[in-house]
Amino acid sequence: MTKSASSFLVIGERTNITGSPKFAKALKAGDWDACLAIAKQQVESGANVIDINVDEALIDGEATMVKFLNLIAAEPDISRVPVMLDSSKWTVLEAGLKCIQGKGIVNSISLKDGEAEFLRRARLLTRYGAAAVVMAFDEQGQAATRDEKVRICTRAYRLLVDRVGFPAEDIIFDPNILTVATGIEEHNNYAVDFFEATKLIKATLPGAKVSGGVSNVSFSFRGNNPVREAMHTAFLYHAIGAGLDMAIVNAGMLGVYAEIEPQLRERVEDVLLNRRPDATERLVTFADELKARETSAKDGGSIPNPNAKIQNADAWRNGSVESRLAHALVKGIDQFVEADTEEARANTAKYPRPLHIIEGPLMDGMRIVGDLFGAGKMFLPQVVKSARVMKRSVAYLTPFMEEEKRQLVAGGGTAKPNGKFLIATVKGDVHDIGKNIVGVVLACNNYEVIDLGVMVPCDKILATAKERGVDIIGLSGLITPSLDEMVHVAKEMKRQGCTVPLLIGGATTSPAHAAVKIAPEYAPGVVHVLDASRVVNVVSALLSPEQKPAFLAGNSEKQERLRNEFAARRNQRPLLSLATARARRPTFDWAAADIPRPEFLGTRAFSSAASEGGQRPEAGGQKSEPAKLTDGQLTLAEIAGYIDWGPFFSAWELHGRYPDILQDPVVGAEATKLFNDAQRLLARIVAEQRFTAKAVIGFWPANAVGDDIEVYADEQRSRVLATFHQLRQQMEKPAGQFNHCLADFVAPKDSGRLDYLGGFAVTAGHGVEEFAAGFRAQHDDYNAIMAQALGDRLAEALAELMHKRVRDHCGYGRSENLTMAEIIREKYRGIRPAPGYPACPDHTEKPGLFALLGATDATGITLTESCAMSPASSVSGWYFNHPDSKYFGVGKLGRDQVEDYAKRKGQTLAEAEKWLGPYLDYETT
Amino acid sequence: MTAQAHESPAFAALRTLFAQRIAILDGAMGTMIQRHHLTEADFRGERFRAHPHDLKGNNDLLSLTRPDIIGEIHRQYFAAGADMVETNTFNSTSISQSDYHLESIVPELNRAAAAVARRAAQQAEAATPGRRCFVAGAVGPLSRTLSMSPDVNRPDYRAVTWDQVVAAYAEQVRALLDGGVDTLLVETIFDTLNAKAALFAIQSVFDERGGARVPVMVSVTITDVAGRTLSGQTIAAFYHSIAHAQPFSVGINCALGGKAMRPYVEELAAIADCFVSCYPNAGLPNAFGGYDETPADMAAVLGEFAESGFVNLVGGCCGSTPDHIAAIAAAVGKFPPRVPPVRPAALRLSGLEPLIVS
Repeated sequence: MTKSASSFLVIGERTNITGSPKFAKALKAGDWDACLAIAKQQVESGANVIDINVDEALIDGEATMVKFLNLIAAEPDISRVPVMLDSSKWTVLEAGLKCIQGKGIVNSISLKDGEAEFLRRARLLTRYGAAAVVMAFDEQGQAATRDEKVRICTRAYRLLVDRVGFPAEDIIFDPNILTVATGIEEHNNYAVDFFEATKLIKATLPGAKVSGGVSNVSFSFRGNNPVREAMHTAFLYHAIGAGLDMAIVNAGMLGVYAEIEPQLRERVEDVLLNRRPDATERLVTFADELKARETSAKDGGSIPNPNAKIQNADAWRNGSVESRLAHALVKGIDQFVEADTEEARANTAKYPRPLHIIEGPLMDGMRIVGDLFGAGKMFLPQVVKSARVMKRSVAYLTPFMEEEKRQLVAGGGTAKPNGKFLIATVKGDVHDIGKNIVGVVLACNNYEVIDLGVMVPCDKILATAKERGVDIIGLSGLITPSLDEMVHVAKEMKRQGCTVPLLIGGATTSPAHAAVKIAPEYAPGVVHVLDASRVVNVVSALLSPEQKPAFLAGNSEKQERLRNEFAARRNQRPLLSLATARARRPTFDWAAADIPRPEFLGTRAFSSAASEGGQRPEAGGQKSEPAKLTDGQLTLAEIAGYIDWGPFFSAWELHGRYPDILQDPVVGAEATKLFNDAQRLLARIVAEQRFTAKAVIGFWPANAVGDDIEVYADEQRSRVLATFHQLRQQMEKPAGQFNHCLADFVAPKDSGRLDYLGGFAVTAGHGVEEFAAGFRAQHDDYNAIMAQALGDRLAEALAELMHKRVRDHCGYGRSENLTMAEIIREKYRGIRPAPGYPACPDHTEKPGLFALLGATDATGITLTESCAMSPASSVSGWYFNHPDSKYFGVGKLGRDQVEDYAKRKGQTLAEAEKWLGPYLDYETT
Repeated sequence: MTAQAHESPAFAALRTLFAQRIAILDGAMGTMIQRHHLTEADFRGERFRAHPHDLKGNNDLLSLTRPDIIGEIHRQYFAAGADMVETNTFNSTSISQSDYHLESIVPELNRAAAAVARRAAQQAEAATPGRRCFVAGAVGPLSRTLSMSPDVNRPDYRAVTWDQVVAAYAEQVRALLDGGVDTLLVETIFDTLNAKAALFAIQSVFDERGGARVPVMVSVTITDVAGRTLSGQTIAAFYHSIAHAQPFSVGINCALGGKAMRPYVEELAAIADCFVSCYPNAGLPNAFGGYDETPADMAAVLGEFAESGFVNLVGGCCGSTPDHIAAIAAAVGKFPPRVPPVRPAALRLSGLEPLIVS
């Protein structure tokens, strides 16, 4: 069964955030007009259906999907075509289904989450009235081979048609278009597997359609559009021949099969049809030639880059010492580096000074690394490994250079330093993984990095900067109060007459904050650096007298625009008054609410330290003995089972969902290596008891009073032990949505019901710094950063584990029957928001919580003046038990609420404004 | 697949009727009520004498306060030859009744309306042994729509949510079923998304009741001569949007007179694989808000539709009376009913326009 290309359906991919950087940018900026223009352009250029995907970590998927679809509904030029709702989150798909009057397609459902969930979703689709893309994915994972694809699709088809009564013609299978020409032999047949699976599905599953995302197939050739275009065109030609009904494509990148240049077509088809063992190699070589031809045509002649040979594993050891050093750096192999360095050093004819080796072969190697990193062809974990090799080599040469310098100075000369970069995590903040990464990346690029560590006071930063004559100062921070400290440092730099550029980075910082709050304080230049991959370009531009003026001019122009946008956005949508926001609170039927009474009241402490080894408390043990402290044993092994690996990859600047990221066509191989290294180090940490985990949890009788939560000494509410002050959302919301405040999840005092609030503080941080320092001493930043990242993961895992125990203590946890994956995805009842994070952004709620828990005595966690927890790998927060409790972001706050809040808290308005700075919707006076 | 097993007896009875001849639906309720020149006191009755809000114009309330008038109108339509009358529940949802602050009586309102219509049907059946008379539970549109913003400056704003619409319709449908209606008629649809929510609610209520279902009839309103719904869909796009609910019939009513509807009824008749209905207004409203088409005018138009093989069920909407229905019944009686075509299987999608992948 074949079909002509004319009846083939083109599904526009440009309104897919993962497929279109332009759309992603517009969406993140809230530029809805631009988003609509992209959608309209898709329809005008011939898309029969538009795919809409807004999956992005920082975007509220449901709300964004709803808003975009509602906007599209008002644009007949767009809404004339059907919509494909595309999300990995069912809740986003369901929110979308509630907005489209036409019959659309849901992309996707699959057996990934099990048969019961698959059937449930399919039944709902028959009720909403939508066709479904069904991925060839089951409980075991993604189907790669023809037989797996057909097996899973057949199983899904039978379930849909026989069990649900789903119309067969509304089933669209996506049998996974996977990347070919990756250099991995198992991938060579992926395109053939797809063609054959398509043919079999169309022949054996009547009515069903087949679709796919075509751009995946050519991921190996990203950056080389002519080859990719040819691959897509040829792939579609063969896939349509096999029965493909539709595909998600960029219509602009599709050519005509017959017009593909014959030599290219032959090589592309060799790869797609897996026609010869050297097909990949031949296409890679040809692609490079093609690219070189293109480049030389553009530049008027440069040397083609023949850097595409596939070598056998040890052949590189036969090359010159320079090529060996370069290879070791690019591949991150430190096994031979000292011997190779010595070989180069001994050749004094070629390298009269040790510095020549650094400036010569080592820097050549690092330049390749930098280029590949900049082009997205190497990823951060690889770069850090390269740095490890570099550092080993430099460490080997250092004694020789010291000796040389001693002789030079003895002879009356001076040693001229390179660019000097001072970096520090600001006062009150203890987080330094990102800062360490930036330091390593800069060191690799031959800058002298002066790292002052964490919690560095402003005076020390400025004094050191003067004393050492640094060229640039970089500040890092992870928690929101650090933003204010950065503003303070900028003001001080101005007051003291500094002239060096100031770089700003870290998870809590943003280009907007740097532009609006910091840059106006310091004229010589404030530059926000998004992540470590950008820092080298920024620093080299700032240290080049030629580039610096233009760079700073461009930077301040960008910041001026951000300031204008910020001002415009703020005036656009006024906040609700506090009174209106309170009136729009969610209401619960408290008379009927299930309020679980915890098994104990007061606090309990836990530790993994052997010396403190008490018995693990039996469930139901010390029932209702108020305020009794019971020691409980923790083990690192048990905690490790609760690790959520997703954020681990983000810490390394690898983006994607775990475990999918391990199979990702772009970063999958590196992610897998990183993951394996992490597992090895984690095993060591657990076996050698490198870290000590400590936790304290507690429960108290509690009620909400307005937006506050009162915690009582006993169930008679005879005395208020503590009051926790909460903030309420004030943004305008669509009908049917509420303005949330955490206090809403606790029974109000006037409801007549007594409720309970839990609290916790946990750490896995004792021992992390020592362990990391050991690696650093061996010039092994890779494992030092890894140790810190694992400390953070273990702390979060411990919080998850304690939350599980808390739910058991409250009763409802015992029957929740969740897998570990479901626990990590927080599919359980209740939440554990942390002060300083979006639902309750005020860090100053921590001291009260710590006092109530006796947290510092029980866990050794202390609070800095910015209310950051030390050690850094620590988590604290409250437990809410209400079944409808959920996480939310408080968003911007109006002056009326901040005034009210300050009064409730007994703070001055200025004090409250200082701590809530980034959340204020108004200028402070 | 046990859908068959859960079908109410009305399915078989209606299939038999629709196979034999073109069936007759009733005419307007509002036009008939107007003839009684009712006052605020009539609408209030004893029970709502002290209600703090004006109630005149809340026609649905008469099922409780003047059931004698509503029952009489139903009896007149049955006497004129209607096989099916619609309950007096066009606005009996909590969202529409909130205009009168009467959300709380919605279940009662629907049960009472169903009972009044059922009593009239039983009387008509008793008067002519062997005759079968049907009651359709009327499910009307809402004043708040899910596809359109009431605020031109905020096109993304919606005055109501899907979940609210589903909840309101589900409440009405439960009460209509409790009141014993034979079918549900989701009618005068000008926003397809509202209709999808109503169909979602109906299916949910069926599931609540162990899968027991009654025939679901759907009728859309084409608001302009360009052939679009108010929310912008063509007739084929509309049909693709609601076909998943497996309607017993689909049709067009209200807004236009029969003549202006012809091309859309023709198109629907060609693509719908279920029965097709049509109950137009008695022409377009005149300068005084009345309708000018005589019984003979409407009968001529619908008779021609019947002759062309477009329809299975005909009746009247705004402005039509028992006299119109009697004339229509006489005009279509001599023509055989439309036979629904068997459509080739295809993936049928829609935005404002249809898209078919075969």
